[in-house]
Amino acid sequence: MSVSSVFSASAVTDNKEKFAKLQEVIERYRGMEGPLVPVLHEAQEIFGALTLDVQKYISEALNVPVMQIYGVATFYSQFTLKPKGKCKVSVCMGTACYVRGAKKIQDKLVENLGIQVGETDKDGKFTLEATRCVGACGLSPVLLVNDDVYGRTTPDIVPNIMDKYRKA
Amino acid sequence: MELYRSHVLVCEGTGCHCSGSADVIQKLKEELEKHQLENEIKIVSTGCFGLCEIGPIVIVYPEGAFYSGVKSDDVPEIVSEHLLKGRIVKRLLYHDHVTEAGIAKSLDEVEFYKKQMRVTLRNCGVINPEKIEEYIAFDGYRALGKVLTEMTPVEVVEIMKASGLRGRGGAGFPTGRKWEFAHNAPGDKKYVCCNADEGDPGAFMDRSILEGDPHSVLEAMAIAGYAIGADQGYIYVRAEYPIAVKRLTIAVAQARNLGLLGKNIFSTGFNFDIELRLGAGAFVCGEETALMSSIEGSRGEPRPRPPFPALKGVFGKPTLLNNVETYANIPQIILKGPEWFASIGTEKSKGTKVFALGGKINNTGLVEIAMGTTLREIVYDIGGGIPGGKKFKAAQTGGPSGGCISAENLDMPIDYDSLTEIGSMMGSGGLIVMDEDNCMVDIARFFLEFTVDESCGKCPPCRIGTKRMLEILERITQGKGKEGDLENLETLAKNIKASALCGLGQTAPNPVLSTLRYFRDEYNAHVYDKKCPAGVCHALLQYTIVKDLCTGCTLCARECPVGAISGERKQPFTIDQDKCIKCGVCFEKCRFNAIEKK
Repeated sequence: MSVSSVFSASAVTDNKEKFAKLQEVIERYRGMEGPLVPVLHEAQEIFGALTLDVQKYISEALNVPVMQIYGVATFYSQFTLKPKGKCKVSVCMGTACYVRGAKKIQDKLVENLGIQVGETDKDGKFTLEATRCVGACGLSPVLLVNDDVYGRTTPDIVPNIMDKYRKA
Repeated sequence: MELYRSHVLVCEGTGCHCSGSADVIQKLKEELEKHQLENEIKIVSTGCFGLCEIGPIVIVYPEGAFYSGVKSDDVPEIVSEHLLKGRIVKRLLYHDHVTEAGIAKSLDEVEFYKKQMRVTLRNCGVINPEKIEEYIAFDGYRALGKVLTEMTPVEVVEIMKASGLRGRGGAGFPTGRKWEFAHNAPGDKKYVCCNADEGDPGAFMDRSILEGDPHSVLEAMAIAGYAIGADQGYIYVRAEYPIAVKRLTIAVAQARNLGLLGKNIFSTGFNFDIELRLGAGAFVCGEETALMSSIEGSRGEPRPRPPFPALKGVFGKPTLLNNVETYANIPQIILKGPEWFASIGTEKSKGTKVFALGGKINNTGLVEIAMGTTLREIVYDIGGGIPGGKKFKAAQTGGPSGGCISAENLDMPIDYDSLTEIGSMMGSGGLIVMDEDNCMVDIARFFLEFTVDESCGKCPPCRIGTKRMLEILERITQGKGKEGDLENLETLAKNIKASALCGLGQTAPNPVLSTLRYFRDEYNAHVYDKKCPAGVCHALLQYTIVKDLCTGCTLCARECPVGAISGERKQPFTIDQDKCIKCGVCFEKCRFNAIEKK
C-alpha cells in the first residue's frame, strides 16, 4: 500500500520537500533498534510540530501503529502536536530559580504578552512556557527566548526584553 | 608539538556560556591576532570551573590569574596588559583571589576551592573537552588500557566492590554489586547504559561533567562493558542540554577515530561502541526502567521490578545502568586503586560527591566535597554564606524526591545514611539553600506541583494520590486550610510511599513529610492562624500603611492597579483591604518603607 492512500494526498504534495526530508531521516534510522523517538525529534525539527499527517506518514514508513506514535508524541513534553510561536519564551521553573523569584517573572510575562502559560498568541509570534531546570542555576532566575538566555532577570526588565523580539 | 608561552582558559560551561563566554573567546581571538600573539598564546575552551555565579571566568597560566565576570570589552585590556606586557589586570581578579597586599593567591587558597576535593571534576575547567588528546594527556584511556591488557572481567568487578563506590544517581546502591549481577547474568548480548537524564530541578552536576570531561564517561562505560561482557553502550541524555549533547557527539566520534571505541580496542579483541539517545522532556525517564522503555522508543513508563535490569533490561537483555557521576569516578579508581578511593569519605559512603549549590547562597555553582563534610562547611565556607546577611532556614537536597535539612542539622556530616536518617536523601546532588524569606509550605507545594505534572499516570497511587496532596497544599497556601488537613497529608503520604510503582511515586511525598517534620509550626500558622510567616503566600498577606512613616507622597495610590489606596496629599494614606489584590506593587514602590507586609 502506498503511503498516500492512507490520508489526504494533498498534505504530502503541499509539503513535498519536507516529506522528502522526513523520508531521508526515516531511511537513516531504519534498521536501528528503537528508532521512533529520534525520528520524532527530527520530524518536529522539519515540520515544527508532529501533526497527524506527519504521524501517519511515520506510521506507514516504520510500520508502527499511529496509536503508538500518538502515545509517544503526547507523553514527552518536548513534542508538540500544534506549531509554536516564532519566539518561544520560557521561564525556568527549577527550584533554584523558583526560590529566587521565577514566579514573578512569569506573572510579568503573562501580563506583558497577554497570554497564559502554555499558550501561543494570535499572530503566532510568542509562545509562553514554563520550562524545567535548564541547569544555569548560577544565574537564576533564568528566562529563555528561543536559544537566548537571560540570567538574573527581574520583572522590571521583562518588557524591554520582549520589545526587542517584537521588533525583530 | 607546538609550544605556547601562555594558556588562556575560558569556561564554556552552560553557566558561563549564558553569561557571554562565547563573545569573550571571539574577542580574544581577534585581539591576539591584532597583536600577532596567536602563535605564542593558546586559548583553551574548558568545562565548568564551578563558580558559575561570577562567570564568565578566564584563567591565565602560568600565572594562574583568575579573572571573573569578564566581558568582551575587558578583553583588550587583558591582552595588552597581561598577555603582552605581563602585568596582571588586578581589577578583574576574583575578589577572594587577591591577598591584602594585592597579590594573586594560588587557586587552592581561594575559600571556594580550599575545602573541595575534585575527583570526578578533576578535568573540568582544566582540559578542552572537545580535544581527546588533552584528555589522554591527563591519563585518559590509560585505565581502559590497563583493564583490557592486565585484568580479567572478574578482577574489574572485584575492584569496584572493594572501592565501596555507591551509585551517585541518588539511591546509593553499591556499584560493584550491580556490576556483579550484570556480569553473572546469562546471555550473549548485554548492554551498558548511562543515565544522563538529569531531571531534578536545580541539579547540574552531570551536565557539567558531560560538558567538561565527556571522555571520562565513555572510558568508564567501555570498562563496564568489558567487566560485564557487553559490546554496546547507550547514553540517555536530556535534549535540554544542547552543549552536553554536542560535546558527547564529538567525543564519541574522536574515540572511534582513534580506535578507543569500536572493534578490537587496544588489539585485545574487545569490541565496544556507544550510541547517544536523546530524551524528550520527561522527568520519569530518570527512573531506570522508564529510561529503558524510552530508549526502546516507547512511552517512558516504568515497569515493575523484578525482573531487574541486570537480568532483563533494554530490549529484554541484561543491562547495566549507572549515572554519569558514578562513571566519572571509575577510571580514577582503576588507576589509583580501590584502597585510595575507600580512604576518602565516611565508613559507609566512600569518595566524593558533587553538589550543585543554588538558591539563596553567595557562591552558586558546582562543588565537589569528600563525603562527611558538614552542611555548614558547604554553605558558609565554600558557598560564602547567604546574601544580604539573611538567616539560614533550610537546605533542600534530593529535589522532588528529597527533603530539607534544617538549621539544627547544619553540623551533621553529609553522607547517604545520615541524610536518609533525617528524612532527606542524597539524591543526585542538587542543594538549594533557603533563607527566612522562603515559605516551606509553598516549597512543598512547588515540589508536589512538579511531581503531579511529571507523574506518568501508570499507577493510581502516584497519579491520583499526589494530585490529592497537591489540592490540600493549594488550599492551605490559599488560606483555606482546615482542621485535619495535615493529618490527611500524612496518611496519604504514607500510603503513596508504600504502594507506588516506581521511585518517582515512592519518593514524591518526601518534601511534604520532611517539611512537616521540621516546620510544622509554619503549617499550623497557615492552617489555623491564616498567616504565612515568611510572607510568601499571597492570599495570607495583608498590606497596611504605617501612619508615622507615610509622607502622603501619593506614589502608591498612583501605582495601585485596582485603586485600593486613597488619602489626602501630605496626609497618611490607607489601603482598602476589600479592594486590595495583594500584588505588592505599593510595597515595592514606597520610598519610605511605610508599607508593612504581614
